[in-house]
Amino acid sequence: MSTTLRPDLALICDWIKPGSRILDLGCGDGELLAHLAHTHNVTGYGLEIDPEKVASCVERGVNVIQADLDEGLKGFESQSFDYVVMTQALQALQRPDLAIEEILRVGRFGIVTFPNFGHWRVRLGLAGGRMPITPVLDERWYDTPNIHLCSVDDFERLCEDIGWRILDRRMLDRSHREGWRIRLRPNLFGEVALYLLQDKEPAPDR
Amino acid sequence: MSPAYPADSVGLVQPFKLLIRQPLALDCGRTLPQHELMVETYGQLNAARSNAILICHALSGDHHVAGYHEGSKKPGWWDNCVGPGKPIDTDRFFVVALNNLGGCRGSTGPNTINPETGKPWGPDFPLVTARDWVRSQALLADELGIARWAAIIGGSLGGMQVMQWTIEFPERVRHACVIAAAPKISAQNIAFNEIARQAILSDPEFHGGHFYEQGVVPARGLKLARMLGHITYLSDEAMRAKFGRELKTAEPSYNFDVEFEVESYLRYQGQSFVDRFDANTYLIMTKALDYFDPAREYGNDLAAAFRRATAKFLVVAFSSDWRFSPQRSREIVKALVDAGRDVSYALIDSQLGHDDFLMPIPQYHRVLRGYLARVAQEIA
Repeated sequence: MSTTLRPDLALICDWIKPGSRILDLGCGDGELLAHLAHTHNVTGYGLEIDPEKVASCVERGVNVIQADLDEGLKGFESQSFDYVVMTQALQALQRPDLAIEEILRVGRFGIVTFPNFGHWRVRLGLAGGRMPITPVLDERWYDTPNIHLCSVDDFERLCEDIGWRILDRRMLDRSHREGWRIRLRPNLFGEVALYLLQDKEPAPDR
Repeated sequence: MSPAYPADSVGLVQPFKLLIRQPLALDCGRTLPQHELMVETYGQLNAARSNAILICHALSGDHHVAGYHEGSKKPGWWDNCVGPGKPIDTDRFFVVALNNLGGCRGSTGPNTINPETGKPWGPDFPLVTARDWVRSQALLADELGIARWAAIIGGSLGGMQVMQWTIEFPERVRHACVIAAAPKISAQNIAFNEIARQAILSDPEFHGGHFYEQGVVPARGLKLARMLGHITYLSDEAMRAKFGRELKTAEPSYNFDVEFEVESYLRYQGQSFVDRFDANTYLIMTKALDYFDPAREYGNDLAAAFRRATAKFLVVAFSSDWRFSPQRSREIVKALVDAGRDVSYALIDSQLGHDDFLMPIPQYHRVLRGYLARVAQEIA
């Protein structure tokens, strides 16, 4: 078993109750699910579009379903998972808002992580009049898969507007550490944002 | 000394006939007091008897999956996938293949003698279903002393038998590999099958299925049926790439001789099928396809059917397959997810169409190899 789990994934593990049923969207080579199966006795599936990564998941014994996240979660019943997780993929989707809606439809809880476009390095880059290239966002504007970047403040505004409840938030720098500066000014110093979300309160019965 | 076979081939193989003495009650209500199955095996059964893999064949397949028969240069139908070091690795697994009941390659079927009449069964052979096959295969497993298969693998109609196994005998299947299959076939698919059957049934030499006694075969009907089938096994793109609109001569000849390359291909495929296949078996196989619907007795809820299963699943589909499209495989995956079963699903980028499940596509073989390597670890 790998002991060097990516620190952002390790933080996600703190949120997940043992024995849960999990759907991991954009699961890569299945690192998170393999780890959680081992440490938290979870069951579930990863969704992944890349054939290489699908094969890697199969090779490590992780349930993987080859699928395009932009096609939504049509094949999954409402509230059929405890957690639906999406790490570092939101910003590459056609409609991130619809994706989160689907996440919170299928999962009792949603876990979403993304690179914070409000980070000072990004701001510095833009202040110089160019699209920023930072250690976290290291691709050029024309070949990046990231088409819907947002800042922490943008994201929280969206949650507020729609009514999604933010149950917890963690911010990390690019070495995936939490420092005092991040705690003070998350939108300026946080490079990676992690959110634990829940759907809006159901409308009261009349 | 044996002739030189490729190093990754199982080499020279010999099929054998196994008599199943237990009566088999069929879905149609009739019972076969006993039946024979033609079988081929590769690799060694381990001491714990835990490393056996069953391969279920599709519409026109048989027991000769891998290796070479004496005097033949043509290997079995899935030789690229079964052998030492191949995805279905005969160094690790004991692989069992058979000709299904009702087949025409040596197992009890329409072209064998009905012991009650002393004549070929012909049209009197019962219409068998995928579930009948699975029950017959379970009797075969008993004969071979295999209580539980490490994996059962099949493509197309073979994949349907795999699913049926997991529902019918959950405790006897560890892993199920369902390739290029569907939870049930569509009206369009039944329509193709019906045309194929009508081609055979309306051939004057079919004689109501009693053509053996007449010393003829309904070659025209069977050939047409196979030509139609071949159209549905290939994608439009593959046909374009393979044949285009190439004429065999420089100028059109304005008659009904073979002019286009694709006509020549279909006629050749049709003719060579007549030489190796039986018309009554073709009718039986297509009916088994039409009838397959494991959800039917679970309130048409496939997930409810799969809740019986305890196997882990690998589902594979091919992007260019329109006969059993990826969408149909996703239906299988959805039902398995809803039933809370372990499943992985790979969509293989392919060109050929339905026939791609027989092709050594690198990504396809990598996934299958990776999956079965885990199976091997699990049973070790």
